[in-house]
Amino acid sequence: MGSIQLKSVRKEFGPVNVINGVDLSIENGEFAVFVGPSGCGKSTLLRLIAGLEDVTSGQVLIDAKDMTNVGPSQRGLAMVFQSYALYPHMSVRGNIAFALKMAGQSADAIDQKVRKAAATLNLTDYLDRKPRQLSGGQRQRVAIGRAIVREPKAFLFDEPLSNLDAALRVQMRVEIGELHEALKTTMIYVTHDQVEAMTMADKIVVLDRGSVAQVGSPLELYNKPNGLFVAGFIGSPTMNLIKGAPAAKRGAETIGIRPEHADVSTTAGEWPAKVRLAEHLGSDTFVHAEADGIGPLTLRLEGEAPLTPAQTIYVTPREAHLHRFDKDGRRID
Amino acid sequence: MAMKKSTGERIGITVLAWLVAFIIFFPILWTILTSFKSELDAISMPPKFLFFNWTLENYTEVQHRSNYLHYAWNSILLSIGANIVGLIFAIPAAWSMAFAPGKRTKDLLMWMLSTKMMPAVGVLVPLYLLFKNLGLLDSLFGIGLVLMLINLPLLIWMLYTYFKEIPNDILEAARMDGASLINEIVYVLTPMAVPGIASTMLLAIILSWNEAFWTLNLATSNAAPLTAFIASYSAPEGYFWAKLSAASTLAIAPILILGWFSQKQLVRGLTFGAVK
Amino acid sequence: MATQQTASAGRALVSPSVILLFIWMIVPLVMTLYFSTLRYSLLDPDNVGFVGLQNYTSFLTDPDFIAALINTLVLVVSVLIISVCGGILVALLMDQPVFGQNVLRLMVIAPFFVMPTVSALVWKNLLMNPDSGFFAWIAKSLGFQPIVWFTNWPMLSVIIVVSWEWLPFASLILLTALQSLDEEQKEAASLDGAGPFSYFGYIVLPHIARAITVVILIETIFLLSVFAEIYVTTSGGPGVATTNIPFLVYKQALLNFDVGSASAGGIIAVILANIVAFFLMRIIGRNLEG
Repeated sequence: MGSIQLKSVRKEFGPVNVINGVDLSIENGEFAVFVGPSGCGKSTLLRLIAGLEDVTSGQVLIDAKDMTNVGPSQRGLAMVFQSYALYPHMSVRGNIAFALKMAGQSADAIDQKVRKAAATLNLTDYLDRKPRQLSGGQRQRVAIGRAIVREPKAFLFDEPLSNLDAALRVQMRVEIGELHEALKTTMIYVTHDQVEAMTMADKIVVLDRGSVAQVGSPLELYNKPNGLFVAGFIGSPTMNLIKGAPAAKRGAETIGIRPEHADVSTTAGEWPAKVRLAEHLGSDTFVHAEADGIGPLTLRLEGEAPLTPAQTIYVTPREAHLHRFDKDGRRID
Repeated sequence: MAMKKSTGERIGITVLAWLVAFIIFFPILWTILTSFKSELDAISMPPKFLFFNWTLENYTEVQHRSNYLHYAWNSILLSIGANIVGLIFAIPAAWSMAFAPGKRTKDLLMWMLSTKMMPAVGVLVPLYLLFKNLGLLDSLFGIGLVLMLINLPLLIWMLYTYFKEIPNDILEAARMDGASLINEIVYVLTPMAVPGIASTMLLAIILSWNEAFWTLNLATSNAAPLTAFIASYSAPEGYFWAKLSAASTLAIAPILILGWFSQKQLVRGLTFGAVK
Repeated sequence: MATQQTASAGRALVSPSVILLFIWMIVPLVMTLYFSTLRYSLLDPDNVGFVGLQNYTSFLTDPDFIAALINTLVLVVSVLIISVCGGILVALLMDQPVFGQNVLRLMVIAPFFVMPTVSALVWKNLLMNPDSGFFAWIAKSLGFQPIVWFTNWPMLSVIIVVSWEWLPFASLILLTALQSLDEEQKEAASLDGAGPFSYFGYIVLPHIARAITVVILIETIFLLSVFAEIYVTTSGGPGVATTNIPFLVYKQALLNFDVGSASAGGIIAVILANIVAFFLMRIIGRNLEG
């Protein structure tokens, strides 16, 4: 019971069109990720779903009911904010219990639910502490605990991991994923980090300047990006985009080949190139090269590749993984 | 400017600073001292500094003969009462301006502040006549109302600046948690804003306690606060310096203490934020 | 940022205050305007009639008005100069590393918290009284005749009292501004070879210029309305030597009971204050942008 639909949703802030007519459907139980560069409107879209902002036009439906004009306190959704937004004057217990208190539940029921949520998130020892006495990761958990305890129709996450350090981020990513497995509740997750999107999502919504660029599963977006924008956004390092003769040869304005889908040889290949820099990570080697008449290329090789700057190499794209785009930047199939 | 000051320089500047501070503070100190003298000692020449018969007679007389407590009580009622009522209006107004600002909010705020700059004499006549006809002259209600109105812009302004420092997403979290507007204000905003509210009240009480235009013109005896009581010493009978000093010391002591705690609020409030 | 719900809640919550202040501002002011066009004295309440701008012309041509205007300006400008210059010096002094900073601040700021009636009476009697006042003692000890302050130098006496009240305010504001000056700027200046005077002129003064402007404007607003100090010491005298515009209006209203004339005077006072407020609002408005 947590399906969400957006119909022709537009949002204007004064003269600025932030959301340009978005149609979207999220099924009950799905983990949907809104992803896109800064300013694409992903947080705004989340806030429109939450009811913290009004739509300029269009409809927001939750479980097929029109909630467009319903206030945030009545939509039955829970939100985890980027800054956690914990109540500083309440203990962890108070923070988690607050929504239940607002709903008028009995003290016993509240106590029970708070304990359960705290146990799930390893917060039992911290129940009487105040937010300022907690670490970033712990605060994160309290924010999640506060959301869980309400048993909402859907969870909304607004870039929850951006304030954490790298190691903690990976750990929390896994925990959130496990939470989703356990609760099976709809989750909508906003991030600018496409790694988070790829690893956590059932369905990814890529946003570009207020419009939906593409919706699909992570692998769909990876294998069949519908245009230059999505192709350049999904995948790290970024896909190599090449214009000119190599593209024309294959009947396209632009062709794209991911760094991991090209073969590199020191003896022969389609595109001769000079190595500018080779980054050795042990597990992979990233090679940045300048190809004659083509431009810069990034290549990813498994393991250790003993290449040095100024060395000549030959790059051949694997045709099965080549993407073709027309002059409007759209995919050619 | 030399960075490292020699101890000699430091001592020199310290002496100078203490001298200047002492000179500035002297009238207050002298008043406090005089309050413990007999009337004769108070006017003796050369003045007696520390060696005289310290007495509490002035303090008791000020209460016995002129019912000091009556005026003190009026000051307390007026300063605290007027501002508590003011808070009831100011907290919602400040909430509105801080968290639900419209296009006109800034202009509104400026207009409110501008009402504070209107000279009192501009409305003395109608107010006096109005009060006279409504029987509000010399009434705590009437004077309290005026004190509340002249402080309201300041209350709203200061609460506004404190509310703006509260992160908006905490209030949004409360909304997501199902809190109605009242719940949001009562359970989340007010507890977080308590220090700001306290500071604002502190400054407002001090300003009302010291207000000396309306309290002088609209009160005669029943509702007269300490400002008016002290003013009665401008036409005294007989020797009165020691009594004046005692009355003055009592009148200013609470405010000196409160004032010490409200320095930061003073800067924030009275410069309308133009100086941080 | 706000939704429709919060926006309408916002309007509802701010309306009571707006209505209150509107009534407080407009109603009495309009009444004053109305009264100012009438011949109306409480001593002769039946003889009320419309006289147009006559009250204004008689008020403005009354020699007492000219005197009051001059006194008002003299008072404001003198107190401004004394409190601002003094305030800068005191602030500079307090910004130094001195022992017992906290107590010092308390002593310097205290006068601002003393109610004006106390200030005025303490100064007039305990300090400035020509027979037994403290200053009289100092004068006699140095072999001079004590100054008969309020009789011979009434305006100066009032200026001294009011300056004493406002010096702490200026000092506090300027000290706050001074303390926001980077240590590093001081060090850079000394490395550049700046002596104390150039350091003050080129670095300190520009930094606190904004605060000085604010102090001047805010003090002016309040100084234009000085009342209590005059009320309890000189009652505007001798003659009109210490009558300023507020006191003149007060005299007309509550001593002469001339409603018409006092109202005209009140409006004139409002116009004067508005001119100052206009400039003050410009500065605050710029600050509200941030």
